Amino acid sequence: MSKSSVAYIVSAAALLVAVWLGVSIGSVKIPISTLWNAGADATATNILWKIRMPRVVLAGLVGASLAISGAAFQGLLKNPLADPYTLGVSSGASVGAVMTLFFGISIPFLGIYTLPVFSMVGAALTMFFVLGFARLVDRAMRMETIILTGIIFGSFLGSVLSLMIALTGEELRQIIGWLLGSVSMRGWSYITMILPFVVVGSFMLWMNRRELNAMLFGEERAHHLGVNVKRRKFTILIGGSILTGSAVAVSGTIGFVGLVVPHMTRLLWGSDHRHLLTLSFMNGATLLIICDLIARTIISPTELPVGVITAFIGAPVFAFIFYKQRRKGGM
Amino acid sequence: MLKVDNVSGGYGKESIVKAVTFTVNKGEVLGILGPNGSGKSTLLKIISGILPKETGSVTIDGQDASTYSQKEFAKKVAVLPQLHAHAFSHTVRETVELGRYPHQSGLFSSWSDEDERAVTNAINSMSISRYADNSIELLSGGEQQRVFVAQALAQEAPILLLDEPTNHLDIAHQQQLLDTIRQQAIDKGLTVISVFHDINLASLYCDRLLLMDKGKIARIGVPQDVVKEEAIQSVYGARIKSQPHPELPKPQITLLPDTKEEIKPFTVVKEDFSIASDFVALRTKYPLKTISSAVHNAGTGWYRSFVNRHVDVDYNVDDVKAENTSYLEQQGFHLTDTVGMMTAVTTEHTEVEEYTGDFGTILIAVTAGVGNAVDVSLALTRDQKPRVGTINTWVIVNGQLPDEAFIQAMITATEAKTKALQMESITDPLTGTIATGTSTDSLLVAATQQGEFLPYAGPITPLGKLIGHGVYDCTVRAIRAYKKAKGWTI
Repeated sequence: MSKSSVAYIVSAAALLVAVWLGVSIGSVKIPISTLWNAGADATATNILWKIRMPRVVLAGLVGASLAISGAAFQGLLKNPLADPYTLGVSSGASVGAVMTLFFGISIPFLGIYTLPVFSMVGAALTMFFVLGFARLVDRAMRMETIILTGIIFGSFLGSVLSLMIALTGEELRQIIGWLLGSVSMRGWSYITMILPFVVVGSFMLWMNRRELNAMLFGEERAHHLGVNVKRRKFTILIGGSILTGSAVAVSGTIGFVGLVVPHMTRLLWGSDHRHLLTLSFMNGATLLIICDLIARTIISPTELPVGVITAFIGAPVFAFIFYKQRRKGGM
Repeated sequence: MLKVDNVSGGYGKESIVKAVTFTVNKGEVLGILGPNGSGKSTLLKIISGILPKETGSVTIDGQDASTYSQKEFAKKVAVLPQLHAHAFSHTVRETVELGRYPHQSGLFSSWSDEDERAVTNAINSMSISRYADNSIELLSGGEQQRVFVAQALAQEAPILLLDEPTNHLDIAHQQQLLDTIRQQAIDKGLTVISVFHDINLASLYCDRLLLMDKGKIARIGVPQDVVKEEAIQSVYGARIKSQPHPELPKPQITLLPDTKEEIKPFTVVKEDFSIASDFVALRTKYPLKTISSAVHNAGTGWYRSFVNRHVDVDYNVDDVKAENTSYLEQQGFHLTDTVGMMTAVTTEHTEVEEYTGDFGTILIAVTAGVGNAVDVSLALTRDQKPRVGTINTWVIVNGQLPDEAFIQAMITATEAKTKALQMESITDPLTGTIATGTSTDSLLVAATQQGEFLPYAGPITPLGKLIGHGVYDCTVRAIRAYKKAKGWTI
């Protein structure tokens, strides 16, 4: 069996196990059979379908979105330190979200969805400003220009965030809680809200898997290999931004997943984007589902923000894989 | 095949390449040369579409290159990049497979047999199948470069553009790479355009060369017409000398450094000669430029020890060169610094004389054994092996000689020797006619390459007159000494 088939099988199995654990474990233990057993306990069915399942699915979608866009940005920017937040899109999403909390905005017909909608608008505006400004500065839109523009916008928006946090009163806890990231108590509606973006964004990235391989050798090389660098770069940046913006909008800024899952996947299965994108998608979902499970169970009944757990769990795992691989002389 | 017409362009506002026009035919290898900043890489980037052009057009296969889509262009033109580092590593095979990118279309485009064949061929032709599954960052620079050549070959484009392909490669890898590319050009009719830093490599491997100067074409043509001293000197501003390649009809250049002050002025004098029991030697302070038909270090070169060794009449060794080399070594001569001749004449019969002309002095040394004299005009009918009996002539000039003067000096010296044989009535024992020389004569002309410049050495030039007189004089004296030693009647 080829290495890539093994990779897909292992990743899919891990994801299934994560989903199983995610829906079963909690203050009430629920057997997985509840999923298909019509005669199961009504409370258990309710908890499973109304609380646990949407939470697991949302965690999965957020983790997958962050990981696949992280993989694409790292490849596109040829920078191992790049992550979905490099472009500053997440800062825009955060400003939109925090603004709704800070000003107590609630648009009547949006209701509880005011925050995610504002957040997405913030992300979209930031994306257009960043890409527009980068293009204005440098028509060729070199990677350095994009990274620097992202830093400029990211730090500016970061200071706006800090300003709001500094001036806020009782909303502080709410704001910090949101910023640390969480997928709890969102329900199916959040999933239907981000699902189209996840599908479109992921598809835009996946369409460019071969181009990303070529661009790892530099834009000039990709150009010589026949890649329409400008158009492809734009597609990747927009696709990644859509994923990041929608993920941040529903869950806050969850760190580490977008940076490290692509690296772990690369270390384990190689840096061919034809597989890396899909595998990162799966592994990102797995990691965030597991982290969320830990976040809500470790000091139950208190829930921790999942953003705290991702790095807490992810960093040692990453360190272990890194150590193993380097000792083997691979990577 | 590829036509560049009146192309100007570059970075920013000022054009670096100015109104360049040339054509490259199918199967041809064109080298682009020029000093740093002359626009050679810029020209290549304009052709490959990385940089925009301000004026002019690039035509590929009769179609304007700018009308091709990026993929179509990549099917026509492959570019070999300069080596650079990358953040994440592909395996060798993955890297070569990327060369098939322009041949794939559609969202789910699958890998065809054609793709597989092209990749396998490319990998085999660069002999990198051994590490096909290794990560490229684990390979050496030379191996990596071969991987990228394979990638470009997998593209199966009829035109290949290279930008200083041998950068960072050692000479063995340079040769390997360029040999392969040259071979591909022959086998597959590839058209190759390559920027070169190294004029000699470009001359060796290209059919035609294009020499750029300040964005314009200074010269274009076959290497013999482009690698010319005056052209290279005026474009690069470096002092060079152009010489033919020893094996191929391609010119090669050598730098002429301004380090003459390291060698202090010196002249060779008669006292520099020493006569031992079994050899005559001349040792000079600095090397002399020498041309000779000696046994050891024949041909041209720079030498500071000159040995005329006496061997017995019955000296008979299978490998004369090896025996002579070990002899010179035993006598303490530095082998790479020494020219060695052999003679059966004993050393006390060596004639050494210094002659003075207006320009300076020359030294002549002759040993003459004429027991086996030959009339060269009747030698066609002879079938015997050469036998001992040799006239060895050395001409040492305190002056600067160009190549033609060396050759003229050899002619003049030979004529003078022949005249001496005639005046001494040396006859060819087989034909009974006056001999012109012996069967194994040897000649050496060496010059200090200092002092007066002596452009010619024909018989009526100042140098030629002195050589003619000196060689005649010494040869006659040497023949008389030989006759006396042999007890011949004079």
